[in-house]
Amino acid sequence: MIKKFFLIAVVFLVYTCSSSSDDSPEQEKKDSFDREAVLVNIADNIIIPSLEDLSQKLVSLKVDKDAFVATPDQTNLDALRNSWLSAYKVWQYVEMFNIGKAEEILYSFQMNIYPVSVDDVEANIDSGSYDLTHVNNNDAVGFPTVDYLLYGIAADDAAILVKYEDVKYLNYLSDVINQMDSLTDEVLNDWNTSYRATFISSTSNTASSAYNKLVNDFIFYYEKGLRANKIGTPAGNFSADPLPDRVEAFYNNEVSKTLTLEALTAAEDFFNGKAYASSSTGESYATHLKSLDNSALQALINNQFSGARQKINELENSFSNQINTDNTKMTQAYDALQLNVVSLKVDMLQAFNVSVDYVDADGD
Amino acid sequence: MSGSDNLFCFFAENMKSYYSKYLEKKASSASLAVFRIGFGVMMFISIIRFWSKGWIDTLYVAPTFHFKYFGFSWVTALGEYTYVLFFICGVSAFLVALGYKYRIAIIVFFLSFTYIELLDKATYLNHYYFVSIASFLLIFLPANAYFSLDAVKRKREYLFVPKWTVDAIKLLLGIVYFYAGLAKINSDWLFKAMPLKIWLPSKYDIPVLGTTLMQENWFHYAMSWSGMLYDLCIPFLLLYKKTRNVAFVLVVVFHLFTRILFPIGMFPYIMIIGSIIFFDASSHQKLIDFVSKTFNPFKGKWDLVASKQTRVKPVNKLALYVVVSFFAFQLVFPWRYLVYPGELFWTEEGYRFSWRVMLMEKMGVANFKIVDAKTKKFFYVDNSDFLTPLQEKQMSFQPDFILEYAHFLGNHFTKKGHKNVQVFVDSYVALNGRLSQPFIDKSVDLYQEKESFKHKKWIVPFNDEIKGL
Repeated sequence: MIKKFFLIAVVFLVYTCSSSSDDSPEQEKKDSFDREAVLVNIADNIIIPSLEDLSQKLVSLKVDKDAFVATPDQTNLDALRNSWLSAYKVWQYVEMFNIGKAEEILYSFQMNIYPVSVDDVEANIDSGSYDLTHVNNNDAVGFPTVDYLLYGIAADDAAILVKYEDVKYLNYLSDVINQMDSLTDEVLNDWNTSYRATFISSTSNTASSAYNKLVNDFIFYYEKGLRANKIGTPAGNFSADPLPDRVEAFYNNEVSKTLTLEALTAAEDFFNGKAYASSSTGESYATHLKSLDNSALQALINNQFSGARQKINELENSFSNQINTDNTKMTQAYDALQLNVVSLKVDMLQAFNVSVDYVDADGD
Repeated sequence: MSGSDNLFCFFAENMKSYYSKYLEKKASSASLAVFRIGFGVMMFISIIRFWSKGWIDTLYVAPTFHFKYFGFSWVTALGEYTYVLFFICGVSAFLVALGYKYRIAIIVFFLSFTYIELLDKATYLNHYYFVSIASFLLIFLPANAYFSLDAVKRKREYLFVPKWTVDAIKLLLGIVYFYAGLAKINSDWLFKAMPLKIWLPSKYDIPVLGTTLMQENWFHYAMSWSGMLYDLCIPFLLLYKKTRNVAFVLVVVFHLFTRILFPIGMFPYIMIIGSIIFFDASSHQKLIDFVSKTFNPFKGKWDLVASKQTRVKPVNKLALYVVVSFFAFQLVFPWRYLVYPGELFWTEEGYRFSWRVMLMEKMGVANFKIVDAKTKKFFYVDNSDFLTPLQEKQMSFQPDFILEYAHFLGNHFTKKGHKNVQVFVDSYVALNGRLSQPFIDKSVDLYQEKESFKHKKWIVPFNDEIKGL
């Protein structure tokens, strides 16, 4: 009897020792949810297509910028503004994917940190020499800076065009837009060459796996990039008084709602595995929850997305006007967005039981 | 009446004589020596491991705010000097292993280790509590009687110690296991296989078992039930000579299994090494002979030991009283939860220090709102401004953390010049796979609530029932 037990124990010991190494041999999936299918769907139908679209939109932005630099008149300014907005909308689909090359080069920090630092921008323009990739310039580059350069450098369009008689302004505008384009190409190129393969195979339940990082990134984006930055902070949810100048695209001041709705759609589509700019859906967190017999949570999350959309739809196009006239509607929209923070961060994370990437200590 | 009185006297007399006879029984001092060395070495390794992972900084030096145990707010963070504290703790663990100035070494170890644990309750683990109380117990046991530098120094080693001093360690380990088993007798663990049903499938990436057994419903139940039975039975199986070998194999298998599945650090190894105490003294002697031959830790100095005393190493009477009181406390303290209303897993009033290990998958979010009572103006707090991720995680589902943090926030913003500060929290918690539900009454100004051992009325009652102990 005891001998048998020892035999079993030895077999077990050998197993436990071998399992502590990192090599995971090819194995047959049984009941386990197919995480790779989720990553494939997200990479091929969401991340790469939205990056491709952003890249195209930035190319048009560059073309219109070149035209404006050649002839800085009202017509070219309007065209440039239009292409800035269409690129900014697509950006809302890209910002949450702070993974791979994007994470490495701090892509989103160089694309959409607002409020823009007017002092830094003006100082850069004045000096004419700057390192746009430098961390100190994160709030002097990207979409918010272009917003300022196209709408905010003077009181009205005529005055703005006068400003552009100074070639330093044209140079800075040009450099910032070129930089956004090349950063995007760098990220897209990495996806298209090597990172996709790394990404889709990284499904283990470890803090550094793509699957777990992506869940954490998504929730972080929803909570910070969407809920706090777009609505909460300007509505004064984190300060003594409202901060209407903290809205996204403050200088344009008519599109903060448009951009927020795009971001909400992006988050909702990502959760449901809906392909970029298409109605087809694939494997996603929603299907993962279903596979865990948790359709109730999946339905709840989608209801709360709709609820948040409803509240945001009630807002004015200009969030800063909304804040100045009736800020309660802003805080209501914030509360509606907050509901999904709970469902995603607590209920969904518990259901997936992913290793969280930021807590490093022993457990009980 | 008088008959039963007599009967009682008879039993009492019998008990008394049994008791005094028991106290006079002797046991081989090799058993205590093995435990002392095992404990000292494991602790020494634990400290080095903790240090090398950089956790001294991330857990104790870097955070600006620490969560204190009620009544221990005087335990203050030492900043960079925390490293000195860990150094002292590590050195004393090593000295315990060597048995050099043992009494002082184990007292220093107990004090330094416990001080570290009291620094921040966000780092609470049952096994740290075990280390603290085991080292406390060791202060009163003559663990340096044999195979120690102290014996070399005094040129005398004792071959025997009072039997109760060895049994005390067995009893402590027995309590840990048995109480952990009792805690598993609840409906979530046994009839829903929770939280194993959440945890095991998430181990899909371990080889072979990950996509097979770990995903099976029956396996989750089998593990829950066998875990409960294991914890309840293992102390007795270890005590009983005929089952001891099998039981020890089970101990090794069980703890290594948990080691693969969960990030529980040194705990499995400590329990495996600790369980060696249950073996016969002759086995302990063999182990010591083996260590003696292989490592020769005392480098020939051993010859200096002039006399081997067959006399029992004397133990102070006071030590016995302390140990008895210690165990009375250990047996009663885990039951304190019974005096609190509400679901223990939900309120966690009386949850810690009770060997409730791996019973819950609990997560929460807590959004704090700072309100000016007069103007009704408010803003929310970004927790990451004040807390580390670990602290925020722990705080979000434990009421005493939430209260302490609310007071910290209230003081902080009052100091910054905010007027009429009120602190509210909007919090949700999910327990063992249930959908999250509101946790703290969000209409209660926590800044006005005081910490105490009384029930916290502002915890929203749990909307489900967990039956059992």
